[in-house]
Amino acid sequence: MTKETEMIVADRKPFDEIMKMISPYEKILLLGCNECVTVCAVGGTRETALLASQIRIRRQIEGRITDVGEKTLERQCDPEYANTLAESLNDYDVVLSLACGCGVQFVAENYPDMPILPAVNTRFMGVTEQAGIWSERCQGCGNCVLDRTRGICPVARCAKSIMNGPCGGSHGGVCEVNDTLPCAWQLIIDRLKARGELETYNEIEKPRDWSTSRDGGPRKRIREDMAL
Amino acid sequence: MRLSYPASVKIIKVPCTGRVDTIHMLEAFQSGADGVCLVGCLDGDCHFIAGNIRAGKRVRYAKALLDEAGIGGERLGMYSLSASDGRKFAQVMREMTEKIRELGSSPIKK
Repeated sequence: MTKETEMIVADRKPFDEIMKMISPYEKILLLGCNECVTVCAVGGTRETALLASQIRIRRQIEGRITDVGEKTLERQCDPEYANTLAESLNDYDVVLSLACGCGVQFVAENYPDMPILPAVNTRFMGVTEQAGIWSERCQGCGNCVLDRTRGICPVARCAKSIMNGPCGGSHGGVCEVNDTLPCAWQLIIDRLKARGELETYNEIEKPRDWSTSRDGGPRKRIREDMAL
Repeated sequence: MRLSYPASVKIIKVPCTGRVDTIHMLEAFQSGADGVCLVGCLDGDCHFIAGNIRAGKRVRYAKALLDEAGIGGERLGMYSLSASDGRKFAQVMREMTEKIRELGSSPIKK
């Protein structure tokens, strides 16, 4: 199955925090998502089943009869799928969503009478470096310069998001913020050098318009040609 | 070989420990098992190449999940032995049973 995911990476909230959130409830629907959270192994069908089992075990230890249901939607951020939930919700008092923040919110908007709780902490948009390792690559700044930096993002991968780096804190190719972080500008320079394009580095980027980014407030995109 | 091992052990046969998924381990406890163990081939001897290694990783993950859930990851174990080693099988079954007896019944109220 092909998935058109920009991959949002999340991790599961501490189990005790989840138990605390659901403590008033005895009919709980766990709602997984088949997209990003499946790819980063935190909220897909498998992880939903595991969390459901843990909750059942804990409630059995507490001697508290609990009905824990499980369902996975293809996407929770899409009305086509979120709309299919209506009937399932009749049997439950709360939904514990394993989707990213987008999914949790969209389900909550569509079912305002039902408490929808987040089981994961959404972290970033990123890539799978290798099995089990995900790292941040994109901050959705709305003004992509990857053509000028040979595919390495100075907004997401530079701790200061500077446009004409490196800064004075770059040492041995590593960022001063954290020894495990490569200096993004070192990576950009190395790549430009490898392609014999180092002279483009001398072209100074003008001060950037950040209004397309989160700095301009919550964003919306409208395509009238796509409206039904 | 006519070796004996505790009658409280219930055996579920699988073609390879790699067939056992994390959810199976948790569901066994959910159903009231006091202890669960996987018995798999020795390292390097897996007929399906790395099934026993995958199982080992899943067991480690399941132990953490069981600790979180409050039942305790020490109730879950994995043993490696040769398929023909009847003596060792009986021994590990006795060992596991003894360990679970010491831990007591599952905290799940039946």
